[in-house]
Amino acid sequence: MNRRRAHEEEDGYERLNRKRRRVSENQEIEDRLESLILRVGEKSSSSLESNLEGLASVLEADLSTFRVKILRILTECAIRMPEKCTIYATLVGLLNAKNYNFGGEFVDYIVKTFKENLKTGKWNAARYCLRFISDLVNCHVLAASSLLTLLETLVDCANEDGVPQVRRDWFVFAVLSTLPWVGRELYEKKESQLDHLLVTIDVFLNKRSKKHWPALKVWSADVPHLQEEYLDCLWAQIKKLRQDNWSEKHIPRPYLAFDSILCEALQHTLPTIQPPPHNDGDNYPMPRVIFRMFDYTDCPDGPVLPGAHSIERFLIEEHLHNIIEAYHLERKECAAQLLCFPYKAKIPLEYCIVEVIFAELFNLPTPRYLEICYGSILIELCKLQPSTMPQVLAQATEILFMRIDTMNIACFDRLVNWFAYHISNFQYRWSWDDWEACAQLDPDHPKPRFIREVLGKCLRLSYHQRIKDMTPEALSAFVPLKPEPIYKYSMEGAASLPGTEAAHQLVVCVRNKCTPEEALNVLRELPNPLREGDSTAAHTAYNPLKIDVFVQTLLNLGSKSISHSFAAISKFHYVFKILAESEEAQICVLRNVWELWQRHSQVVCVLVDKMLKTQIVECSAVATWLFSKEMAPYFTHGYLWEILHLTIDKMNKHVSKLSKELQEAREALARDESSSSESEDESGNKKKKDQFKPTEEAVERMEERLEMAHTDQKRLFLIVFQRFIMILSEHLVRADTDARDPHTHWYRATLARLRQVFLLHHEQVQKYSSTLETLLFTQDLDPHILDVFHQFIALTA
Amino acid sequence: MKRSYDSMSSSVEISSYRDQHFKGSRSEQEKLLRASSTLYIGNLSFYTTEEQIYELFSRCGDIRRVIMGLDKYKKTPCGFCFVEYYTRQDSENCMRYINGTRLDDRIIRCDWDAGFIEGRQYGRGKTGGQVRDEYRTDYDGGRGGYGKIIAQKITPNTLER
Repeated sequence: MNRRRAHEEEDGYERLNRKRRRVSENQEIEDRLESLILRVGEKSSSSLESNLEGLASVLEADLSTFRVKILRILTECAIRMPEKCTIYATLVGLLNAKNYNFGGEFVDYIVKTFKENLKTGKWNAARYCLRFISDLVNCHVLAASSLLTLLETLVDCANEDGVPQVRRDWFVFAVLSTLPWVGRELYEKKESQLDHLLVTIDVFLNKRSKKHWPALKVWSADVPHLQEEYLDCLWAQIKKLRQDNWSEKHIPRPYLAFDSILCEALQHTLPTIQPPPHNDGDNYPMPRVIFRMFDYTDCPDGPVLPGAHSIERFLIEEHLHNIIEAYHLERKECAAQLLCFPYKAKIPLEYCIVEVIFAELFNLPTPRYLEICYGSILIELCKLQPSTMPQVLAQATEILFMRIDTMNIACFDRLVNWFAYHISNFQYRWSWDDWEACAQLDPDHPKPRFIREVLGKCLRLSYHQRIKDMTPEALSAFVPLKPEPIYKYSMEGAASLPGTEAAHQLVVCVRNKCTPEEALNVLRELPNPLREGDSTAAHTAYNPLKIDVFVQTLLNLGSKSISHSFAAISKFHYVFKILAESEEAQICVLRNVWELWQRHSQVVCVLVDKMLKTQIVECSAVATWLFSKEMAPYFTHGYLWEILHLTIDKMNKHVSKLSKELQEAREALARDESSSSESEDESGNKKKKDQFKPTEEAVERMEERLEMAHTDQKRLFLIVFQRFIMILSEHLVRADTDARDPHTHWYRATLARLRQVFLLHHEQVQKYSSTLETLLFTQDLDPHILDVFHQFIALTA
Repeated sequence: MKRSYDSMSSSVEISSYRDQHFKGSRSEQEKLLRASSTLYIGNLSFYTTEEQIYELFSRCGDIRRVIMGLDKYKKTPCGFCFVEYYTRQDSENCMRYINGTRLDDRIIRCDWDAGFIEGRQYGRGKTGGQVRDEYRTDYDGGRGGYGKIIAQKITPNTLER
C-alpha cells in the first residue's frame, strides 16, 4: 500500500499529490492536519525541532480556515497523549508567537475543556489539561502569576468544608502533579508565591485523615518497601525536587530550543476559573498506595532504578501507566509500546514495567482492568524479550513469594491466579525445588497455602497426573487429591446407609430416562430422619434423606462433565424445587453437593453458580452454608471465598439490572408523554424502547421488585458480616479461655477475608453502612474487628 | 478523533472465516458475527476437558455455556468447542486476552461465531472429526496423530469407524 518514495517522508509537510479517496478538499486537509499533529514527536528522519517549526508554519497558514479544528485537535492530543504534553505546548507556543489572537483563543479553549472535564468527573483528563495549561507558562503563552492564581484557587478547594476528602485530595494531587513541568519556571519568576502555595499544601497534607491507608496496602509490613499513601509519596517527591531547585532532567522540553522566538511572544492571562462545586453523588478517584517491589539493589548492573522519592520515578511510572491505559485493549501493541519506552536507555526498563504491571494487578480494591489483561500482556512481553523478561518475572515471583506472609489476601488470590495462568503458558516450568522448605511450615502459613492454591489452580487448567509429575517429592503433600466425586452409595459400607436402596433404584430410573415425577416416586418411601417416630410432628420443612439420595445420585450420574451435570440439573429442576423450598433445605442441597464433590472445588463452584442461576438455591442459603460449622476448617482454602464472592456478585448484578431496567422504564414513561416517533438511533436500545411502552403499573411493579431485591441484598450482607463477627469472636473467646495467642494463621486469614468483603463490595455495602454500624459493628466488638469496619468507612469519606 | 493506534488491526475484528453451512446471506452472517457473544475455539487437544475450558474462559466473564465439539460418529471431543458468554463485552475480552495464548499446552484460536445451532457441535470431516484433521500432514499427538488421509496411506485398509 505504501508506495511513498524515500524523500517524500521528509518533505511531508509540502506533499499534496497523494492519491486519496474522493472527499471534499477541506476534509482532506483536515485529515492531513490531524495526522500531522498526531504524529509530531514520533520517529522521524528530521529533528523534532525542525518538525515542530515546519508544522507550526503549516498550521499558521491554515489558521484562518481551520481554526476551530486545530484548537480541538491540539487539545485532544495533549489530553490523550499526556506524555507528549511538552511537544504540543511548544507547538502552541510557536503559534502564539506568530499569532497572538490564536494564542488567546487556545487558552480559552483549553480552560473550557478543563472546566468541562471537572464538571463531568473526568479526573485524569482534567489533570492532563491542568498540566498542559501549566506547560504553556514554559512556552510564554501564559503568565506565571496567572497560573499561580489558578493553582491557588485549586488548593483552596482542598480546604473547603463539608465535602468528601477524596474530592479535596484530588485538587492537591492535580496541583502537585503539574509541578514537575512548571516548578522551575514558577521558582524563577514567583518564588515566594510558590513557597506559600507549598506551605498551604503541606498544612493540608498534615491535617488529612489516612484512615483508609492500611486497607489499601498490598503488604501490611512496612519493610522492605513502605506502601506509601499516594499523596504522601508525591509530596516527598516534590519536596526532593524542590531541594534540587526544581531542576528535573526527565521531561523533554522542546521549547528550550525555541527560547529566543518564544520569549518575544506576548503572554496571556487565564480567565477566572471557579471549579464546579461538589454535588451529592459525585464520584472522585479513590485513594491509592504506591506499589513498590524493587529498589536499585534488585536490578543488575546497568542503568540505575531511580529512588522512590525521586521525581523521575513518579514521571516514569505515570508514563508507563498511561501506556497501559492507552493500549490495554490490544495486548500485543501494549507490550510493544511498553518496550519502546522513549527513555529506556536510562532505566532498567523491564523492572519498571513489571513493577507497574503488578501495581495495577494488585491495586486495591480492584485492578483497573481484567486480571487476565495483565497476565496476557506479561506473556507478550516475554515473547518480545525472551532473553530478559522471563528472568525479571521469575525474580519478581520469588520476591513476591518471599514477602507473601504479609500480603493482602485479595492480592494473594490474584497472585495465585496469575502465577498458575502464567506457568500454564510455559509448560509449568518452575523451580519448585526452591520452595521445598515450605513443607516444614504450618500448612495454614501463607507460603504453603500459596503453593497449595497454585497447584489447585494448575490442576484446573490441566490434569492430575501432570501436576503430580511436575511437583517434587518434598512438596507432594501439596498436590491436590485426585478430583473425583465421592459417591458413598457405591462404596464400601454403603449397605449400612439408609438411602442406598433408593439410590440404586434412582440410578436405574434415571438411566431409563424417567420423568421428574417418577424420580420423586422413587424417593417417596424414604423416611425423614428429622421426624423420628413422631407422626404428629408439625409439618417439617424438608427431608434431608431424600435430598441426600437425590442430589448425590443425580450429580454423580452427571459427573462425566460439567455439561452432563447441567443437563441433569435442568432435567430434574422440578424435583429440586419440590425438595428444597426452604432455606434450610437449600443448605442441605449445598451440603450434599459438597459431600459428593469435595475433592473437586472447581465443580463445586460451578454447580453452586448454576444452582443460583436456576434459583434452586438462594444467595442467603449459600452464605449461611459457607459459614456453617462443617466449613470452618476450610476457611484457609481459596475456593470457599470464590463461592462467597460469586454469590455476592450475583446478588449485586441482580440489583443493578433491576435498577437499570427501572430507570429505563421511568425514562420511557416520561418520554411517552411526547409520543413522537423516534428516529433510528444506533444503539440496540432502539428496539427495546419501541416494544416497551411501560404503564404506570408496570413501573410500580418494577419499583417493588427493586425494593425486594434491595432487601435481599441487605439481608445477604447482614448474614455475611454477622457470621464473620460470630466466628471471629468465638475464636477470640476460645483463645482467651485457653490462654492461647489468638493470632493464628486461621484468624489472620479470616480477618483478612472480612476486610476483603468490605473492599471488594464497598460500593454496595456503602448503602447499608449505617445499618451495619447500628446492628453489627458496635463499640463493644473486639477492636481488631471494629477497625476493619472503620477503615472501610474511611475509603470514601 | 483518530488516534495513531486506532489504525492497528483490532483483535476484536471478525476474521475472514465464513461458515459455509450458514443459512442466510453473507451479510446476515456478518451482522450476527459483529453482535455475537459466542466464540468458536479451535486447535484444542482432543483431551482438553470442559473443566479446563471453564477455568480459563471464566477469567473473561461469566460463561453461559460451553459446547464441546464432537466427532460425528464417535461422539468424542474432536478439538474444538463453542463458548457462550452472556455479554458481548466479555467475549470481546476473550478475543483480546485469550486468543493466541495456551490452553493445555496448545496455542488456541478464538473466533466469532454466528450462534450455536443444534448440529453445529459435530465435526464436518468425512471421517467424523474436523475437516482440517482430514487434510493435515503433520503428526499431532493431541489430535489423533497424523491427518486422516495421510494416516490411511500409511496404514491402508484400516478405516477407523
